[in-house]
Amino acid sequence: MIRVEELTKNFGSRRAIDNLSFEARQGEILGFLGPNGAGKTTTMRILTGYMPPSSGTATIAGYDVVADSLNVRKRVGYLPETVPLYTDMTVFDYLKFMSDLRHLPNAEDAVAETLEQVGLIDRAEGYIGNLSKGMRQRVGLAQALLHKPEVLILDEPTIGLDPAQIIEVRNVIREVGQERTVLLSTHILSEAQQLCDRILIINKGKIVVEDTPENLQSRLTGAERVQLRVRGETADLVQKISQMKGIQTVQGISEGLLEFQFAPGNDLRPEVARLVIQSNSDLLEMRSINLSLEEIFLQLTRDEAELAGEGE
Amino acid sequence: MRNIWTIAKRELDNYFSSPIAYAVAFLFLSIIGLIFVLNIFAYASNPYSYSEAPDTRIVTGPMAFLLLLAIPALTMRLVADEVRMGTMELLLTAPVRDFELIIGKWLGVFLFFLMMVAVTLVFPILLNKIVVPGIDQMLMLSGYLGIILTAAALLALGVGFSAIFSNQIAAFFVTLSVFVVIWYLIGAPARILPVGGEFFSYLDLSSQFYNNFNEGIFKLSSLVYFLSLTSLGLFIGTTAVEVRRWR
Repeated sequence: MIRVEELTKNFGSRRAIDNLSFEARQGEILGFLGPNGAGKTTTMRILTGYMPPSSGTATIAGYDVVADSLNVRKRVGYLPETVPLYTDMTVFDYLKFMSDLRHLPNAEDAVAETLEQVGLIDRAEGYIGNLSKGMRQRVGLAQALLHKPEVLILDEPTIGLDPAQIIEVRNVIREVGQERTVLLSTHILSEAQQLCDRILIINKGKIVVEDTPENLQSRLTGAERVQLRVRGETADLVQKISQMKGIQTVQGISEGLLEFQFAPGNDLRPEVARLVIQSNSDLLEMRSINLSLEEIFLQLTRDEAELAGEGE
Repeated sequence: MRNIWTIAKRELDNYFSSPIAYAVAFLFLSIIGLIFVLNIFAYASNPYSYSEAPDTRIVTGPMAFLLLLAIPALTMRLVADEVRMGTMELLLTAPVRDFELIIGKWLGVFLFFLMMVAVTLVFPILLNKIVVPGIDQMLMLSGYLGIILTAAALLALGVGFSAIFSNQIAAFFVTLSVFVVIWYLIGAPARILPVGGEFFSYLDLSSQFYNNFNEGIFKLSSLVYFLSLTSLGLFIGTTAVEVRRWR
């Protein structure tokens, strides 16, 4: 559905994206992860026909984003990072305007249906200027969904929302992503893990890694990390766990808190739990720790630096 | 075509909720009204010092001059404000061609302007009651046609400069400066040059209006002048939007 080949964009002497290539199939939710300034927004703007690339090609549903820009724009729903809203219009008028621009045959029905989908039907007559940040975000999302686009491009769709709203928006995206292609950018790794079929991590305009969320986690750490909280003394437990077969490292972090690692695919958590109980310790909590985006990032960029160092 | 109308309609609605538009319309109409009343009183107090009764030029004459100030105030926000609010990204990624966007914006403000001008028709109607045997209707039609053509051209230029600048105030002053140039300065060489002066007086907007349409003289070359200026403004606007994409 989306095919990007050797895409490059320069702003003056600065290279925002550098030889980017990737693909997204129909019915796939592709996550775009990266720090600020990594080139996420620039890539999305090129795909939506907002700006042309300096070199390389991008096609959506077989249409070139530069040569066939209008055909691309008809098939894409886009939610930019700063939600583009006319604050002096009502929600309904705004969406009606957008559906007129998209030549929807039953504009009013389409608007009502989309408002239902994003849970804003009771605010249809309200002015956009009076809405909260979360609701504005949903109006922006409604605008992107109006014409039931084949491809949905969402730039940080959950930023600035409260937890309940985040869940609602994620549900909408998941629903839409079943039949259609979604490209979404985010800072939050857990969001990408929950929503996406595949994740692309980009930094400084280049793809650092591309994989499914599950593979990404284990591939990066090479191990499962679990944190264990017990009541009382841990020194003894650290000793015992470290002697178990398959355990890679154990480490006491503070009073009552320790962390251990084992190879993926060989889940040792039940054995560890049994061991804790047998040692007459009170098991309070056991949870696996995932690397945060920041950690993955540091790790990936460190790897790159090392590789570069070896090459020299 | 449909996109142009969709954009024009939103723009027109927007003017009816815009305080600047109301302020411009209020000042525009009240100044024309004031000049009209002063002219009538001046004539009524001493009719024998005039060779003829006032005609509709007391309405269309000052109106053309007021366009110079009213139009930059109306057009300054048209594109600049979209850039400020971030809605430009919405319009440039919607299935709308750049020229449709610009023509739509122009048409919206043009329709708003036509409504403002329609209100001023009350003055010729009043004048028709006052003077005997009534006003010269062809002179009025010609004057109003001149106003509408002048406004079409100036509005197009205003839209064009609004598309170049991301800031409303900058758009206002640049538009106003350009208007002053084509209203006063461009005709100046015509008064100095021994030959070729005709070319500059052709480019002079004020003489195109005051010497032709406002005197009831319809010239095809004048019509071509106004339509060319309108196209130029819309072309500047469309190019500015395209340049914005490539930047």
